[in-house]
Amino acid sequence: MLNFTIRRLLMAIPTLLFISLVIFLLLELAPGDPMANVPLTVPPDVKEKMREALGLDQPTYVRFLKWIQQFFWVEPIHLIDSLFGTHWGEGMQRVISWQTRSPVMDIVAQRIPQTLWVVGLSYVLGALIAVPIGVISAYKQYSIFDQLGTFISMIGFSVPTFFTGVLLIVIFSVYLGWFPSIYDTTLKVHDWHTFTLQVKQMIMPVFVLALYNAAQISRFMRASMLDNLNQDYVRTARAKGLSEKVVVVVHVLRNSMIPVVTVIALGVPQVFGGAIITEQVFKVNGLGQLLITAINANDLPMVQTLTFIFAILIVLFNLIADILYGVLDPRIRYD
Amino acid sequence: MTEVAKKSSVEQAIRPPRSQWWDVWDQFKTHKGALVGAAFFLFIVLAVIIGPYIWHIGYETIDIRARNQAPSFAHPFGTDQLGRDTFARMLKGGQTSVAVGVTAMALSLVFGTFIGVVAGYFKKLDGPLMRFTDLFLALPLLPLLLVIIMLFRDPLRAAFGPESGIFILIVFVIGITSWMQTARIVRGDVLALKEREFILAARSIGTPNRRMITRHLLPNVLSPIMVSATLGIANAIITESALSFLGLGFPSDFPTWGRLLFDATDYLQQYPERVIWPGLAISLTVLAVNYIGDGLRDALDPRIRGR
Repeated sequence: MLNFTIRRLLMAIPTLLFISLVIFLLLELAPGDPMANVPLTVPPDVKEKMREALGLDQPTYVRFLKWIQQFFWVEPIHLIDSLFGTHWGEGMQRVISWQTRSPVMDIVAQRIPQTLWVVGLSYVLGALIAVPIGVISAYKQYSIFDQLGTFISMIGFSVPTFFTGVLLIVIFSVYLGWFPSIYDTTLKVHDWHTFTLQVKQMIMPVFVLALYNAAQISRFMRASMLDNLNQDYVRTARAKGLSEKVVVVVHVLRNSMIPVVTVIALGVPQVFGGAIITEQVFKVNGLGQLLITAINANDLPMVQTLTFIFAILIVLFNLIADILYGVLDPRIRYD
Repeated sequence: MTEVAKKSSVEQAIRPPRSQWWDVWDQFKTHKGALVGAAFFLFIVLAVIIGPYIWHIGYETIDIRARNQAPSFAHPFGTDQLGRDTFARMLKGGQTSVAVGVTAMALSLVFGTFIGVVAGYFKKLDGPLMRFTDLFLALPLLPLLLVIIMLFRDPLRAAFGPESGIFILIVFVIGITSWMQTARIVRGDVLALKEREFILAARSIGTPNRRMITRHLLPNVLSPIMVSATLGIANAIITESALSFLGLGFPSDFPTWGRLLFDATDYLQQYPERVIWPGLAISLTVLAVNYIGDGLRDALDPRIRGR
């Protein structure tokens, strides 16, 4: 198992390097000048100095290596510094946002909690709803419950989140006035009243994302249960005289969870990406919204960092899915 | 006994030969959702192609006196803040959305099928091409799409004009970021096909590789390609609307469904009904296409078809 994990870990390194190269080259090859927004009254030699200050006069590969160094060496050291109060990172050049002139990672750290709360909660909820629905619709295939579940999940992944979100706002904020349409990040939860406010403003974004995720996961759960229900070992278990509950919950469910768990793990980074839209609809100022504002403001370091964070999430969760698969299914480990 | 057997065999011989596609159609017909979906999708396609020629109000006609009107006989879907007819804009927007969906799907299919067939057929290229596919799968797609569009929007607009420039860009980026699933499925099928006897037979009579692929492999991997085509259309329509919704798609004077939805959200408090039309159009079209895909998957699967 350790061998397997180490092999997978080593394979993730070239992937990450390739992705960082793609992101870097994309921004590098793109037309457009970072000095374009500087007023025309600034004389050319000053502009040249500003370029040098940004490190733009260096050849491409030097800047790529420096960016890699900043990202994988300087930023983690600063993270350790802020966690343990040490001072190792002093004097090291961090990745600076062109918008705010402050380190990119500090802004990212401010935004992560909102994204995690809304996106994370909706994903957990989605998975918790999806598993029982998938199990029941597979066990009672072609029943009314199954037909209904299929239809709802079809709607769940056909209707884009930017429409469900807007629709919910129209119904529950404009007509009924139950929930606020804008997420208020400055709200601090310290008593019962603020807690209810927090719940109220979270209901709609969480619901939108949870519906979307539940639709996808329940389909996988259903298909995987159906695959297993017709297997010989199920007949054996029934023939042994085990109760139906034990057969389904212990034998079938356990085996069908193997692919579903990996699907759930693989879905996490996509949810972060997809949440960009939901965050925009409900004006949650999380990572997705940060990316959109950075794109509109032409803030390249911020865009680079955020895209790369999304890429790291994907690689990380692919790795987790792989390892989980190995843990759950011994046949995978020994190939 | 022998009489009967002979008779039935004669009957079988007399019956006109049925191609595989009739069987597929028979199975497809039994899937109600797929049939309704196909009819609806056909209706939408015809409406957005023919509709703008029939409907008497142009999508750019500004009638400032008739602005912000509720649905009426003259304006079935109402008018927007400049008095433009929403129905005409929906038709025009649908034209763009469906065109983007179909073109991007075609591009990703061609690319995905090419990679899949080459990787499956030529053993030497299999490893590198599949690693390449894996790398693409590890890219954060939506953020990258946004970044690409932000960076290349203006130069392409300058080169091809504001509308066709952005059309080319959006179709291209959606195409090159959605081919991976097709490539994987096609490769798997080609690998399985390569072990079959008819491939061996074809090779033993000296069929060249090019013929082998076009004549023997491609027709046999058609069914998974068709299923991923429908899913590709749905995916492309959603991605285009998402980009337009985030304000990084088509310019605002050039309607698409996503753009109309985005513009309508500004008037959410005053005219909440305005978001319904484009949202409904996107959702129903995607739902219809997904149902078609579902039906096709069943119809093209020989194990299900017989039952």
